[in-house]
Amino acid sequence: MSTPGLSAETEASRASRRGGEGLGARLSDLLWRRPALLLALLLGPPLLWLGVVYLGSLFALLAQSFFSIDEFTGQIRREFTLKTYGELLTPANLDIIRRTVQTAALVTVTAAVIAFPIAYYAARYARGRWKAVFYLGVMLPLWSSYLVKVYSWKLILAKEGILNWAFGKLGLTWALEAYLSLPGVGGNSLSTSPTGTFLVFVYVWLPFMILPIQASLERVPASMLEASGDLGARPAQTFRHVILPLAFPGVIAGSIFTFSLTLGDYIIPQIIGTSARFIGQAVYQHQGTAGNIPLAAAFAVVPIAIMGLYLWWAKRRGAFDAL
Amino acid sequence: MRSERAPLWLKAAAAAGLLFLHVPILIIFAYAFTTEDKTYQWPPPGFTLQWFGVTWNRPDVWQALGLSVRVAAISTLIALVLGTLAAAAMARARFFGREVISLLVILPIALPGIITGISLRSAFNLGGIAFSTWTIVLGHATFCIVVVYNNAVARFRRTSASLVEASMDLGANGFQTFRHVTLPNIATALLAGGMLAFALSFDEVIVTTFTAGQQQTLPIWMLEELVRPRQRPVTNVVAMVVVLVTFLPILGAYYLTRGTDTVAGQGK
Repeated sequence: MSTPGLSAETEASRASRRGGEGLGARLSDLLWRRPALLLALLLGPPLLWLGVVYLGSLFALLAQSFFSIDEFTGQIRREFTLKTYGELLTPANLDIIRRTVQTAALVTVTAAVIAFPIAYYAARYARGRWKAVFYLGVMLPLWSSYLVKVYSWKLILAKEGILNWAFGKLGLTWALEAYLSLPGVGGNSLSTSPTGTFLVFVYVWLPFMILPIQASLERVPASMLEASGDLGARPAQTFRHVILPLAFPGVIAGSIFTFSLTLGDYIIPQIIGTSARFIGQAVYQHQGTAGNIPLAAAFAVVPIAIMGLYLWWAKRRGAFDAL
Repeated sequence: MRSERAPLWLKAAAAAGLLFLHVPILIIFAYAFTTEDKTYQWPPPGFTLQWFGVTWNRPDVWQALGLSVRVAAISTLIALVLGTLAAAAMARARFFGREVISLLVILPIALPGIITGISLRSAFNLGGIAFSTWTIVLGHATFCIVVVYNNAVARFRRTSASLVEASMDLGANGFQTFRHVTLPNIATALLAGGMLAFALSFDEVIVTTFTAGQQQTLPIWMLEELVRPRQRPVTNVVAMVVVLVTFLPILGAYYLTRGTDTVAGQGK
């Protein structure tokens, strides 16, 4: 490479192929010789956007949560204080946080139970055309409009809706009414009960649970299951000791979605459910009608903190390999 | 002992799960044709096509649709450029801080939408920025980048680096190589990513409620009808049309990336 003759030749050939193009070619050569410059040019615009728009806003949020609102004027006082976080810790607000986390956990577990058979069948038995059916069967609900999905449940759970009609046809209206009279889960009708909120959450986030579980199950080699059978394990034992541990990172990956999405949602509990609030609704109301952006910001920090802890735990369990 | 047939209970559970996912969407379709216009009565007392005509003549629906399409188109365009650039950089090079950058790209979709929403709202508040189409676009483009990025980065990984080297050896410069070798290779992945980004933006409501002010995108129009139902039949028709319209890009993205190891749309 260092022979003068050779380098002169490459120089000459480069000059000849460069031909009449001039600037573009010279720039291209420069970028080829200096990969770091190319990398900087490629990464610059997206990093600038995400850094300024996204991280900048997150920082603004964090900053606002340390401001406070002046009780007399209703204006935001832009001085550092922990007063807003103090307000966050009142019993009423802690109750909101507890209700949200509890629902998110319950939704996550239920979604995992419903998702597992679908994912398992799709990963292990579905072939050819059925594989496509399962794939699109999960993908279409995943991508169809969130609001339309919520709306469909408003129709289903309404007093004059299909579910009450079905219970009536089956002669089970008494059972539904007995269930709705239970404290804690019941209400006036299904669409104004915590059960309704829970059902809609499970429905809307279910595809987010199916996909990662399916991805992790696809990676379990069939030979491993055969080996387990050959060694005398019953199907239930194979499931408990081979399949479940291998699929668990997928379950955790799915739970990151269902948990995080439930923590931050404010539309579902507003449309279907009781008047008891969730974190998302508190954030929305404090920034909107109340105009108390600092308290809204402090409320928004709660899901960030919870998700931070959860992600840290999930990372230790190896969940990110299944994403 | 090798059984290739699924146990019956597994088939039943999987089928029931899929039905659970699809029946609610089908119910919407039935409601779009109902003659009942005051309640959500089931079964519908009769069927009619009149609500399609009524919806067609509603200027507020058209206005909301127009804004949604405009926002989705601009956001998709921005996301396509930024997502492809990021993917090109991340697919090949190894450098310090790489993990941080991939986390940064994914963060807007990993954190709940309300966080992105309230963050942007706080930033607009601190910066004294007035709401406009562009404040909506700022939010949408940010979470659309990751969709394009995911599709592009998967394709870049599958495209052999020797193709680029061969092109350079044959005398093409970097820009010619990009135009004639790289771009044709990643074009379908970009198209798929762009379609998904469009669908994502078109449907987004949580971030939008924080960045729109008084403007109405189609999802915001629907949200108001959900909270205070005034035009049930029109809402039913809009809901059905929205479902049908969003199915098209999803099916398109699926067929464009079929047969590759990573199919578009996994993990919204």
